[in-house]
Amino acid sequence: MNARVKKRYAAERRFRVLGLIAVAVSALFLAFLLVTMAWKGLGGFVRAEAAVTIDFPRSDLIIDPAALRGPQAREVVAAAGLDGILARAAVDNYGPQAEQLFSAAGARSLGRQLIADPALVERRATVWLPVASRVEGAAKGRGDAASEQLVAQIEAQGALRKRFNSDFLTQSDATDPTAVGVWGALKGSFLTIIVTMLLAFPIGVLSAVYLEEFAARNRWTDAIEVSINNLAAVPSIIFGLLGLAVFLNFMHLPRSAPLVGGLTLALMTMPVIVIAGRNAIKAVPPSIRDAALGVGASKMQVVFHHVLPLALPGILTGTIIGMARALGETAPLLMIGMRAFIASPPNGFTDPATALPVQIFLWSDEVDRGFVEKTSAAIIVLLIFMLLMNGLAIYLRNRFERRW
Amino acid sequence: MTPTKTATKVAPPVPAHDKSIDGPAGKRPKMCAQDVNVFYGDKQALKNVSIDIHDDRVTAFIGPSGCGKSTFLRCLNRMNDTIANARVEGHIELDGEDIHASAMDVVQLRARVGMVFQKPNPFPKSVYENVAYGPRIHGLASSRAELDQVVEKSLKRAGLWDEVKDRLQDSGTALSGGQQQRLCIARAIAVDPEVILMDEPASALDPIATAKIEELIHELRGRYAIVIVTHNMQQAARVSQRTAFFHLGELVEYGKTSEIFTNPREPRTQDYITGRYG
Repeated sequence: MNARVKKRYAAERRFRVLGLIAVAVSALFLAFLLVTMAWKGLGGFVRAEAAVTIDFPRSDLIIDPAALRGPQAREVVAAAGLDGILARAAVDNYGPQAEQLFSAAGARSLGRQLIADPALVERRATVWLPVASRVEGAAKGRGDAASEQLVAQIEAQGALRKRFNSDFLTQSDATDPTAVGVWGALKGSFLTIIVTMLLAFPIGVLSAVYLEEFAARNRWTDAIEVSINNLAAVPSIIFGLLGLAVFLNFMHLPRSAPLVGGLTLALMTMPVIVIAGRNAIKAVPPSIRDAALGVGASKMQVVFHHVLPLALPGILTGTIIGMARALGETAPLLMIGMRAFIASPPNGFTDPATALPVQIFLWSDEVDRGFVEKTSAAIIVLLIFMLLMNGLAIYLRNRFERRW
Repeated sequence: MTPTKTATKVAPPVPAHDKSIDGPAGKRPKMCAQDVNVFYGDKQALKNVSIDIHDDRVTAFIGPSGCGKSTFLRCLNRMNDTIANARVEGHIELDGEDIHASAMDVVQLRARVGMVFQKPNPFPKSVYENVAYGPRIHGLASSRAELDQVVEKSLKRAGLWDEVKDRLQDSGTALSGGQQQRLCIARAIAVDPEVILMDEPASALDPIATAKIEELIHELRGRYAIVIVTHNMQQAARVSQRTAFFHLGELVEYGKTSEIFTNPREPRTQDYITGRYG
C-alpha cells in the first residue's frame, strides 16, 4: 500500500518535471528567435550618415529656388543630376577614394533636404547624408579593406554618425539596401487584409449562422461541413493557384493587386471563420434560445438579438486568428504576382503592390549583404504588427465576453 | 412565508361557478387538445392525449420522469417545432383556432401562450431589458414611458418589483435563483399572454423561493390560464384546481385536483400518488 502511494507521487513528480522541460524548451526557442532577430535586425533601423560640405552656388547645380517651392519640386530635383554633384563634393571633401561614398539614397536624401529648405542652394552648406551600402557595411564592422580605411578617415574628421533610419518605415523597396523601406509592403499588406476582412468576415459569419441555426440536418449539410473542415486544412499555395486561375486567368483582374491578394486570402480565411463561428454559436446555451422563442421572438430575432451577440467574442477571436494567419501568408501571394519589385507604395486596391511577408522573402533572396539586416528588421516590423493584432484579439475577447 | 406553512396549505377553493370538470355550461375551454401524438424519430412520446384547459384555473400535469408531460406542454405553444426530429400529430385549439393552421402565426401564438422554463434562463442583459424585450419586439409600447410602465407592471405582478426597483440596470443573471425565475415569469407576463405554461418552474429552487413562486401562481390565477408541470405532488395539490396524470406517454386520468388526490379512479394514479413508483 505504502509502495503504491510512493509510486503515485513519483509518477506525479516525473510528469511535472517533463512538463517543465517542455515549457523550458519552447521558451528557449522563443528567446533564441527574438534575440537573434533583435541582434540582426536592430541594425536595420540605424544608418550611417556622413557630413559633406557643398558649395552650391559654385557647383554645376542649376536650380531656381522658386521651383523648389513649386508643386513640381520633386521632378526638378530628380532632373538636377544630384548624384554627380554629390560624387564631386565627396571627392573635394575626402579625396579621390571617396567617389563612391554616396549612392542614390544619398542623392535622394539631399533632394528632400533641398525641398525642405530651398535657401540651401544659394549658399555653401554642410549636409548629413546616408552613405552607400558598402561604406555603411564598413561602418557597421563588415566591410572590405578600402571601405574600412575610408570610414576610419571620415570618422577621424568627426564627420560620421549613426542615426535612426526613419526612411526604413516611410520608404518602399529599392535596389540599394540603404534606401529600402517597408512602408510600401506594409501598406500593401494593410490594403490586402482590408479586402480579406470585408469579404471573409461577413460571408464566414453568415455561413456559420445559417449552417448552425437555420439549415436542416441532412446529407447535404453534412457534406458541406466536411468540405469546410477540409478546406481549412488545404495548403495555402493551393489557394494561390485557385486565385491565379479564377481571379487572374478567368476574371482578368489586375495582377499584383491587393484586391486579388485579398480575394485569395479571403478564400483561405473563410473556412477558419466558419469553423470558429459555428463553435462559438454552438457554445451559446440553448436555454437562451428557448427563452427568446418563449416570448414570441422569430428565428431571426433569436439569432440577431441573442445568439450572435453572445457568440461574438468567440467569433471575433477566431476571425482575428484567421486574419493574423492571412497577414503572415506568403505562398498564395507569390502565385498571383505580388512578388513584383514595387518601388512606390500602392495608392489603391488595384495598384501593383507587395505584402510584408513577401517583401521579407524577396529581401532574404538578395545578394547584397546589406539586405540581411533589412530582412531581419522587416521581420521585426511584421512581428510587431502581428503582436498588435493578437493583442486586439485578446482585448476584444475580454471586453465582450459574458459569463452566465 | 415559510416552507412548512405552504406545505400544509391546501388548494384554494375553486370558484363557485365551477360545477364540473368541463367548465361552466356554454363556456368554451381556453385550449382544447384532441388525440395528440408526438414522435421523436421512431419513438412515440405521447399517445392520443386529449385534454381541455380552462381559463381562471391552474392545471397541473404530474407523472414520473419521461412520461411525456413536458412534451405535451411544449405542444401547446409549438415549442416542439424547434426540435429537429419531433413530429406532432393531432388537433390543438386556442380559443377555437387551430394552432397548427397556416393562418396561425407561430410567433403570435407564443406571444399568446407564454412559457416559463425549468431552469431560470434570464437573458444576460439588464433586468429592465429582460422584461422589456417581449413588448419591444411585439411593438406593445409606443414610447419609452409606456415601456417603463409595462416593465413596472409586469415586475409588480411577478412580485419582484420591490426587490429590483433600484437595480433595474443590473444584469438579470446577477439575481438569486428564485428572483431569476420570477424575472422569467415577469418576462412572460410582459407580452400580456392568455395562457402561461410553466415547466417545473420551482424544481431548481430552494423551498423558500419555491413558496414564493407558488404564491405567485395563486395571484396570477384568474388573470391567465396557467398550466404547470411538476414532479412534486404536494406542489400540484397546493397550486392547482385540475390535475392530469401522465404515464408512459398516456393521459391516465384528468380531473379536479381534490378528486385526483383523494379519490382517484385509476389504480395507476392511486399507486403513483401514494408513492409506489415514480
